[in-house]
Amino acid sequence: MLSVRGLESGYGRARVLFGVSLDVEPGQLVCVMGRNGVGKTTLLNTIMGVIPATAGTVTFEGRDVTRLKPHERVRLGMGYVPQGHETFPQLSVLGNLLVTLEASPHRDESAIDEALEIFPRLKPLLKRRAGFLSGGQQQQLAIARALVTRPKLLILDEPTEGIQPSIILEIEEAIERLHTSGLAVLLVEQYVDLALRMADRFLILDAGHVVHSGSADELRGEEVHRLLAV
Amino acid sequence: MQAFLNQLPVGLSIAAVLLLIALGLTFTFGQMGVINMAHGEFIMAGAYTAYLLQAVVGTAAVPVALPVAFLVAGAMGWLLERLAIRRFYGRPLDTLLLTWGVSLVLQQLARDLFGAPNVQVVAPGWLSGGLPLFGTQIPYARLFILALAVGCVLAIWAYLARSSQGRRMQAVMQNRRLAAIGGINTGRVDQLTFFIGSGLAGIAGVALTLIGPVGPALGTYYIVDAFLVVVCGGLGRLGGAVLAAFGLGLLSSYAEFWTNASLAKVIVFAVIIAFLQIRPQGLFVLRSRALT
Repeated sequence: MLSVRGLESGYGRARVLFGVSLDVEPGQLVCVMGRNGVGKTTLLNTIMGVIPATAGTVTFEGRDVTRLKPHERVRLGMGYVPQGHETFPQLSVLGNLLVTLEASPHRDESAIDEALEIFPRLKPLLKRRAGFLSGGQQQQLAIARALVTRPKLLILDEPTEGIQPSIILEIEEAIERLHTSGLAVLLVEQYVDLALRMADRFLILDAGHVVHSGSADELRGEEVHRLLAV
Repeated sequence: MQAFLNQLPVGLSIAAVLLLIALGLTFTFGQMGVINMAHGEFIMAGAYTAYLLQAVVGTAAVPVALPVAFLVAGAMGWLLERLAIRRFYGRPLDTLLLTWGVSLVLQQLARDLFGAPNVQVVAPGWLSGGLPLFGTQIPYARLFILALAVGCVLAIWAYLARSSQGRRMQAVMQNRRLAAIGGINTGRVDQLTFFIGSGLAGIAGVALTLIGPVGPALGTYYIVDAFLVVVCGGLGRLGGAVLAAFGLGLLSSYAEFWTNASLAKVIVFAVIIAFLQIRPQGLFVLRSRALT
């Protein structure tokens, strides 16, 4: 479904990614792990086209999307929830959902109900300004906003970072639910145990290289903990 | 007291014109960070549109010109964005120089096309005379300008709050990168924003024909004040622009009335400098947990 080959990118002269390759098969949950500053967010940003790739290719459903703009990739079915539970703070919760729905190819309003089904906590908040929600609610809104475009692949960047523990659980359950319903997920996650519970496959980044990859069972080895230790 | 009342409609209509000009600027400046010095020339284009239509429709030029000037000035703004400004996004100083150059070119073009001397647009008969109030008269022309500004603010507000295009515009203004990631074609939103913002300047130009002559340098008299309104009101804020426009318009017209034109400018600038010391972010700010 998503196939990344030899991807390189960076900021100005500072190169961050060195030939990263990865695959996400339909329905699979792939987890990207690694310490801070190894290029996880840069990898996702390059896959979405927020940062241009300097080399390598990104293929989505057999189509080369390496040169497409971010909004064109969204229209093809790639949904991206960036780090830091961002919202459009002055729009209402409903406005946040409508604005991506209206930009999506299907424009089917029942997609909002489907997203609220996953995050029922947002239902009583629809009229509230998004900027006034708690961090956890904002993160749920951010994921819901990606879901209303009905993505085929959901890309999540540390969805549980800086969120109160009670809501972390809800978000984890929601991702699990989406995964079991057949949605492919590419997830960046710092918590090893969370990754272990959910991922079908994982890869570990270090200094812009993939240093380890495999199935979830292999993640339990000593080697992995050494690579992830701070 | 009488003098105060006499001056009130003058101040209010200047404020209304400033508001129309600043409305457009607050979106192009607020959404795209573009300091568009050529915005003043879209005012001039709107005024000359009314002048040209006068040859065709006579004294009905002003009402007929309102929609036409919106389209003419809007199209000019759209072209400027497509041809030049979009290549300079994220480089505010370069855009400033670029649009200043465009502004000079457009002024010279107007001089070549219409001649350097000022021209006059005759107001329709139903706008002459005035409404008697407390022993003084409020000219209908100035009331018309005020109503025009109120109408435009309401229209923009409804557009932003109720339409899907307006919602998209707000999203881009609040977080451009997130909007792109959400699937919004930010380039297309920018084009539309520029069209509407420039079109409003065209409407302001038509309004100006009611209170003065039309010349190639018409826009330059208002562009600085309009930027002051935008800065004082807070970027991209409708309510802030309204308050700042009326504050600035009334202050400058009364200061001008009680002192003289140059001293009035000194007073206005002094007040603004003092105000920005206290509230550097302007009257209204985007405030939320997400931004703090």
